[in-house]
Amino acid sequence: MSVTTLSPRGIALRQPGWLARLFDYKPFLIVMCLAPAIGLLAVFLTYPLGLGVWLAFTDTTIGRRGIYVGLENFQYLLSDPLWWGAVFYSVFYTAVATFGKFALGFWLALLLNNHFPLKSLLRAIVLLPWIVPTVLSALAFWWIYDPQFSIISYLLVDVLHWRSTNIDFLGSAWPARFSLIAANVWRGIPFVAISLLAGLQTISPSLYEAAMLDGASSWQRFRYITFPMMMPILAIVMTFSIIFTFTDFQLVYAITRGGPVNSTHLLATLAFQRGIAGGELGEGAAIAVSMVPFLVFATLFSYFGLARRKWQQGESDD
Amino acid sequence: MTDAVAQPTKVASAAPDTMAWDSRARRMMMIYLPLACFVIILLFPFYWMTVTAFKPNAELLNYKEHNPFWISSPTLAHIQHLLFNTAYPRWLKTTMLVAIGSTFLSLLASTLAAYAIERLRFRGSPYVGLSIYLAYLVPPSILFIPLATVVVQFGLFDSPLALILVYPTFLVPFCTWLLIGYFKSIPYELEECALVDGATRLQILRRITLPLAVPGLISAGIFSFTLSWNEFIYALAFIQSSANKTVPVAILTELVSGDVYQWGALMAGSLLGSLPVAIFYSLFVDYYVSSLTGAVKE
Repeated sequence: MSVTTLSPRGIALRQPGWLARLFDYKPFLIVMCLAPAIGLLAVFLTYPLGLGVWLAFTDTTIGRRGIYVGLENFQYLLSDPLWWGAVFYSVFYTAVATFGKFALGFWLALLLNNHFPLKSLLRAIVLLPWIVPTVLSALAFWWIYDPQFSIISYLLVDVLHWRSTNIDFLGSAWPARFSLIAANVWRGIPFVAISLLAGLQTISPSLYEAAMLDGASSWQRFRYITFPMMMPILAIVMTFSIIFTFTDFQLVYAITRGGPVNSTHLLATLAFQRGIAGGELGEGAAIAVSMVPFLVFATLFSYFGLARRKWQQGESDD
Repeated sequence: MTDAVAQPTKVASAAPDTMAWDSRARRMMMIYLPLACFVIILLFPFYWMTVTAFKPNAELLNYKEHNPFWISSPTLAHIQHLLFNTAYPRWLKTTMLVAIGSTFLSLLASTLAAYAIERLRFRGSPYVGLSIYLAYLVPPSILFIPLATVVVQFGLFDSPLALILVYPTFLVPFCTWLLIGYFKSIPYELEECALVDGATRLQILRRITLPLAVPGLISAGIFSFTLSWNEFIYALAFIQSSANKTVPVAILTELVSGDVYQWGALMAGSLLGSLPVAIFYSLFVDYYVSSLTGAVKE
């Protein structure tokens, strides 16, 4: 008898408050936990993305609400040599810089994969260009590319006597284009090298031992073991690298601002010049939207071209 | 004659030696030399930045009488000019505020989201995770124009608060993905034990999961701090008044003036602006490497 009268009270005492119970109710908790992240992303990412596409079809300027103008912005862009120039340079910049970054980054990763003293210190140093704000290192490059006091010109002219005149890095179209690509490659190598190094370290040494017993040369070991095993990680790193190189803004804006004579405009810098600096929000948004097809294509290409296969990750193929 | 006879034996005995030497020389040529080139090229811009920042103006543009690679009479004039004649301290403070604010906000949001996706499994949780991850692939260059109008609509134009709210758009996806990986590595049995003992879900998160995920939280935190310190395009588009600018924007728009560039001051500003992240980086190198590679591997 006493037990039956006591037990409800005991349970009542141990019952947590309604607030605690609410927070222990799983669906409510899930919503509460996801709300901040999803809310932030919805308001500041998904909504602007949609708004950007809408703006591209209007003639909005700063301070004036635009009206729907259909494809007019895009028609204008298609007849605009500046936009075609920016498309050309964006593709060229992405292709050459990505190639440079991956060739040199892969090489650096292979070098760092050896055993030598002070390895971790070296790895730390290598990542430095990636850590430092891009604009600030871009300023250093601007100074290195100075027409009169470039340290590279000094080396070539006064120290090595290979040339008789200073190099005009940023004064004309092609040298400026390649100078920017060099700066981009310099900044991109660390990321590629360290990511690929992590991939290299996951390759089992027994594969190399087996290949060596079979008499494979070092080139064959690279070609038939390292490279295929690295494919999945290469695909991911390359996708990222292509997306962020194609939409690059900081380097070009800091060093040339699209000049000389608009020869180094990327789509992003052109969009900024027209949209924010020039106030033509609609046209700027159209330029930004015009990047999307290229990005989707590049992503699909690098992801499926270097397709991830299951056997490379120790699972059976299907 | 004697030479001809002696030679084969000499070669035979020396063969292991030459091979050892050969492989050492080969190692030198194939590994150390390229590595040295890489390190020199990767570090040179920083060296050049530092050298320029401490050179007096007279020496800066006179390569004939002074070796440009070295400073004959170092000076603090550029740094002094920066700290006392410009709003540089103010810019540093704004940048610090923005970086810390957005880091805190995105850590909070992404810890909760990662916990919900990885531990409070519900139907469709992998898809929520994937869609958050896809958000990382949307580059800021596409977003900044519409975002500028959104910021104006919210009345946040020219306010550091706009940056604190906008930076999480690229920080949250990254941090969430990183933390999902960390939460995965914590044995689920620990949480089950706590559940059996009558702990509520929030208690489990606070007392068990979070303490075990501290390395992941540090990685996500320092990464967010670095990324928001370095961010440029949003800060350039949303901030107009000189006082509210962040360091990277301010150096480029406020210090670059006229046709004669103040290279000493510019490089001193770049050096000072890079130092906080560089110091941060040197303290947490391993976390950086693990978060960089962890995010790629996932």
